[in-house]
Amino acid sequence: MQEITILSGKGGAGKTSVAAAIASLAKNAVFCDNDVDAADLHLILHPEIQEEHDFSSGSKAEINPEKCSVCGLCEEHCRFNAIHPNKEGIPEVNPFQCEGCRLCERICPEQAIISVQFNNNKWFVSETRFGPLVHARMGAGEENSGRLVTEIRKKTRELAGETSAEFIINDGPPGIGCPVIASVTGTGKVLLVIEPTLSGLHDAKRLLELVESFRVPVFAVINKYDINPEITAQTEQFLQKKSIPLIGKIPFDTRLVDAMVAGKSLVEFAPDSEAGQEFKSIWGKLKKNHDLR
Amino acid sequence: MRLIEIGAPALKNNTMQIAVASGKGGTGKTTLAVSLFHFWKKFSNEKVQLVDCDVEEPNDALFFKSLKALEQKQVHQYIPEIDTSVCTFCKKCVEWCEFNAITIVASQRFAEVDSSLCHSCGACLVACPENAFTEKPHPLGIITRYNTENGDEFTEGRLKVGSAMQTMLIKELKKEVKKNGNITILDSPPGTSCPVVETVSDADFVILVTEPTPFGLHDLKITVELLQELKKPFGVVVNKAGIGNSDVYEFLKENEIELLGEIPFSKEFAQKYSSGELLKNIPENLEIIYWRIIEKITCRK
Repeated sequence: MQEITILSGKGGAGKTSVAAAIASLAKNAVFCDNDVDAADLHLILHPEIQEEHDFSSGSKAEINPEKCSVCGLCEEHCRFNAIHPNKEGIPEVNPFQCEGCRLCERICPEQAIISVQFNNNKWFVSETRFGPLVHARMGAGEENSGRLVTEIRKKTRELAGETSAEFIINDGPPGIGCPVIASVTGTGKVLLVIEPTLSGLHDAKRLLELVESFRVPVFAVINKYDINPEITAQTEQFLQKKSIPLIGKIPFDTRLVDAMVAGKSLVEFAPDSEAGQEFKSIWGKLKKNHDLR
Repeated sequence: MRLIEIGAPALKNNTMQIAVASGKGGTGKTTLAVSLFHFWKKFSNEKVQLVDCDVEEPNDALFFKSLKALEQKQVHQYIPEIDTSVCTFCKKCVEWCEFNAITIVASQRFAEVDSSLCHSCGACLVACPENAFTEKPHPLGIITRYNTENGDEFTEGRLKVGSAMQTMLIKELKKEVKKNGNITILDSPPGTSCPVVETVSDADFVILVTEPTPFGLHDLKITVELLQELKKPFGVVVNKAGIGNSDVYEFLKENEIELLGEIPFSKEFAQKYSSGELLKNIPENLEIIYWRIIEKITCRK
C-alpha cells in the first residue's frame, strides 16, 4: 500500500483540485481530507456518511464565582493570559485563550475551578463514488488540529488495511505548522503542488525544508504554469537542483472552477481538456513505485 | 485623477486594528492587506502599519521593492528541562502535564520533556516538589520590524521550520505591535483554528476575503461562524468576482452580512500578483473599490 500526501505550503495553490482529480483516477484507494480546519474535498466527493465520531480537542477551565475568593493565584499562574476579572472583579476564563493545561484548577485553594471537555469536533467515515473518505469538521476556533489529523489518518490506514486498498490519498492542509507536521509524519510520498508566483514558490521552499527533515520522497507539479513563465522556469530550476521530479504542469483553466461549481473533478468535467489529460499523466507517473526521473 | 480631487471626504483620525482573514487559502488575504496598507495611508495621511501574522508562510514582504530592517528579534519558547541529579522520579509532573510531554522511567533514572509536545504552561514547575525543572530557551521564530520605501512600518513573524507552535509566535508578534494612534492591518493565516483566533482576538474589525466558488463559500461560512462566536464585527470582500457562481451573494444577503466590496477577477492582475507587482500601475477602478472599502470600515464607528 502507498500513502501519498498532497501539500503546497501556500493556500489556494490547487491541492484539493489535484486531490479530486486523482480521486477520480485512482482505483482501489481510500481518501482522507487532512485539511481539518477548512475541509473542502467533500464538496467534490459528496460523501454519504456511514459513521460519525466525536473528537475532544481538550478541556477548558471554568471558574465557579460562588466559590472563588478572588485570591488572584489563577490569573498570576496562567501563561496564556486567559483569565481576566469580569465587571464584578471576579476572574473569568476566556475559552478561546485557554489551552486546557489545568494548572489553575490544580492550584486553586478554593477548588473553584473545573475543567469542561470540549467536543466540538466531529469526524466521519463515508462512502463516495470513488471509494471511502475519512474527513472531519472542526468546531470554530478549536485547538489541536494536528491531533485530529493524526486521528483520522489512523482510521484511514485501518480502513485501507481492511479493504486491501492499494493507495491512501491525503489532501493536506496549507502552511507548515502542526497540522502539516501531522499530515507528513509517516506518509510514503509527498506531492507538492506549486503555483508559479513569488509567494507560491517561497511557500513551497519553506514546506520542502520541513518535508526534507522527514526524509519522505517528494514529487512536484506546477499548477497554472502558464500564468508566469518566468517563475515557472525558476521553479523548474529549483526542483532540478533539489533532485525533485517534476511530474506534470497543469495549465490555467477556468473550467477548474466550473467543475467545482458542478461538484465534479476536472477529469470528470472536462476529460479531454489539456488539464484533464495532464492529470491522467500525473497520476500515471505518481502511482509507479520506482524512480521517476 | 486622484480620489481626493474628485471630492471624496478626508478620513477622520482613527485608532483601529483591522484583521484580514479567510477560511480558505489563496482567496486574496495578502493582496487585500498589502493594498489596504498602501491606500489607507494615501487616502487618510494617517500612520498605518502592516503586520504579517501568517507566520507559517509569511508573504507580505515579497510585495515591497525595498525593505529596511529596523529591528530583528529571535523569539524563544521556554521548555523545561529536568535535572536528573535532583529528580526523585515521583512522576507528579507526568500526572500534571496535560500534553503528555514528559517521559519518566524511574528504573533507568530517565526524565525528559518532549519539546514538540510541550506548551510551556508551567504546570510541571509548580508540580515538582524538588525544583528539578529549569526552563531553557528554544528558538520559535524571528520577528522583524521593517521600514517600507515610503517610511511606513511593517512587521513580520517567521516561524522556525519544524516548530508546531505557530500560535505562540503570533502571540509574541502581537506584543510587538503598538496600538496607539495607528491604523494596524493584520494579515491572518488561513483556516479557522487557534492561529486565526489569536490573530483576530484584539481586532476592532475583521475583513473576510472570499472568492465566489463553492470552496470559497464553504470556508467563508465556517469563518463567519467563528467570528460570530467571538462576537467580532466583520464584513466581506468578494475577490475574483466574475468566476464561479452567485451563491456567496445570496448567503451574504440571507445572513445580513455587509458586502464591503468586490474585486473583479482578471488574469492580468493574477500575473501582476505572481511577480510581486501588486502596487504598480493600479487601475483607477480598483483604487475606487479600495477607497469604498476603507470608507465603509471607517464610517462604521
